[in-house]
Amino acid sequence: MSIFNFFRTQKKTVAEEAKERLQIVLAHERGAGSSPDYLPMLQKELLDVIKKYVRIDEDKVEVKLERGGDFSTLEVNIELPPPAVAAQRRRQAAAGGGVRPA
Amino acid sequence: MAKVIVMTSGKGGVGKTTSSAAFATGLALRGFKTVVVDFDVGLRNLDLIMGCERRVVFDFINVINGEAKLNQALIKDKRVENLFILPTSQTRDKDALSRDGVEKVLDELKKEFDYIICDSPAGIEKGALMALYFADHAIVVTNPEVSSVRDSDRILGVLASKSRRAEKNQEPVQEHLLLTRYDPERVERGDMLKVEDVLEILAIPLLGVVPESPAVLRASNVGMPVILDEKSNAGQAYLDAVARFLGETVEHRFMKPEKKGLLDRLLRRTA
Ligand SMILES: Nc1ncnc2c1ncn2[C@@H]1O[C@H](COP(=O)(O)OP(=O)(O)OP(=O)(O)O)[C@@H](O)[C@H]1O
Ligand SMILES: [Mg+2]
Repeated sequence: MSIFNFFRTQKKTVAEEAKERLQIVLAHERGAGSSPDYLPMLQKELLDVIKKYVRIDEDKVEVKLERGGDFSTLEVNIELPPPAVAAQRRRQAAAGGGVRPA
Repeated sequence: MAKVIVMTSGKGGVGKTTSSAAFATGLALRGFKTVVVDFDVGLRNLDLIMGCERRVVFDFINVINGEAKLNQALIKDKRVENLFILPTSQTRDKDALSRDGVEKVLDELKKEFDYIICDSPAGIEKGALMALYFADHAIVVTNPEVSSVRDSDRILGVLASKSRRAEKNQEPVQEHLLLTRYDPERVERGDMLKVEDVLEILAIPLLGVVPESPAVLRASNVGMPVILDEKSNAGQAYLDAVARFLGETVEHRFMKPEKKGLLDRLLRRTA
C-alpha cells in the first residue's frame, strides 16, 4: 500500500461512493411499487382533498424527494392563500382606505 | 433569445451525456441560465452524471403528459447557480415523446432559460430525432474511430434534412464538432485517427478536442460534471470548448502527447 492510499483510507474512495449511489437508486428502481410513478397520482389526489377546503394555486405546489438508503423523505409544500381578513385589509389599503375599528 | 443545443452522435457511448453535463455546467458557470434535458427515455443517466439521482420526483414525460408542472420537474443544481436538470422517465419509452409535447415544454423553457441543452439518445430513431428537431445548434460528439465518424456523418445528414430548420427552410442548424476520448499517444503511434483526418472527412468547425482522461470516470462516480474538475485536462478541454462556443478565440490544447519526465510521471500519479 502506498503512502497515498494510506491517507485515502480515511475517506471514501470514489468507487465506494459510486457503489453506494448505485445501490440506493437501484433499490428504488427495482422493486415493484417502489417506482416513483405513483407520484403524479398521489399529488393529484392530495390536491383534490386540499381543494375541498381551500383554494390553492397549483403553481405554488412544490414536491421534493430525497432518496436515502434506509428511508426516503417526501416533502410537499403547498402555499395556502392568505386568510380572508388579511386579503381584505390589503385591498382596502391599496384603495387608500384604512381598516376602521368596528 | 433562448438557444437550443442538441448533443448528438448517432453512435452510442461516445460521450454525449458526459458532454451535455459538462457543457451545461460550463454555460451556467459563465452566468447563463441553463437547463440540461435528458431525451434518453427509459435509460435515464443524466441524473447520475449530474449527481441529482436521489432528488428526481417528476420528469420530462410527466410534464409532457400534464401530470406535473415544469417547475416541479426541474431540479436545481446544488453546486452551480443558474443550472437546472430536467430528468427523463426511467419507466416509459421513446414513444412518450410526442413532437407537440416536446415543443410545448421547450417553448416554456425558452421563456426562462438562455440555453437549453438536449442530451440525445444514440441512434437515429424517435428519441434522437426529437432531441435534434428543435435545435439551433448541434454539437456532434465523435470519437476518433471509424464507426463513430461514419455515424456522425449520418447524423449530419439527418440534421440537414429532418430538423425543423431544414423542414421550414430556415437557416440551417449550426454544427460543431466535439472530438472526445482523443488519445494523442495512440495518434502519434498511428493507431488512432488524427483530428485533422476527422475534420477533413466531416468538414464542420471544430469546437474542441477532449482527451481520453481518467478524470471522466472519477467525476461520474461521484456525480459531478467533469468540467468542475478544473485540474483535469478533460475539465479544461470542456472549459475551452464552452469559451469557443461563446465566440472566444482559444487555442486548441491536449492534441499532442504530454512530455513525461520521471518527476512529472510521479507527480501525475497522485493527481
Ligand atoms: N474524455 C473521456 N475520457 C474517458 N472516458 C470517457 C470520456 N468521455 C466519455 N467517457 C466514458 O465513455 C462512456 C460513455 O460516455 P457517455 O455516457 O457520456 O456516452 P453517451 O454518448 O451519452 O452514451 P449513450 O449513447 O449510451 O447515451 C462513459 O463510461 C464515460 O465515462
Ligand atoms: Mg447518454
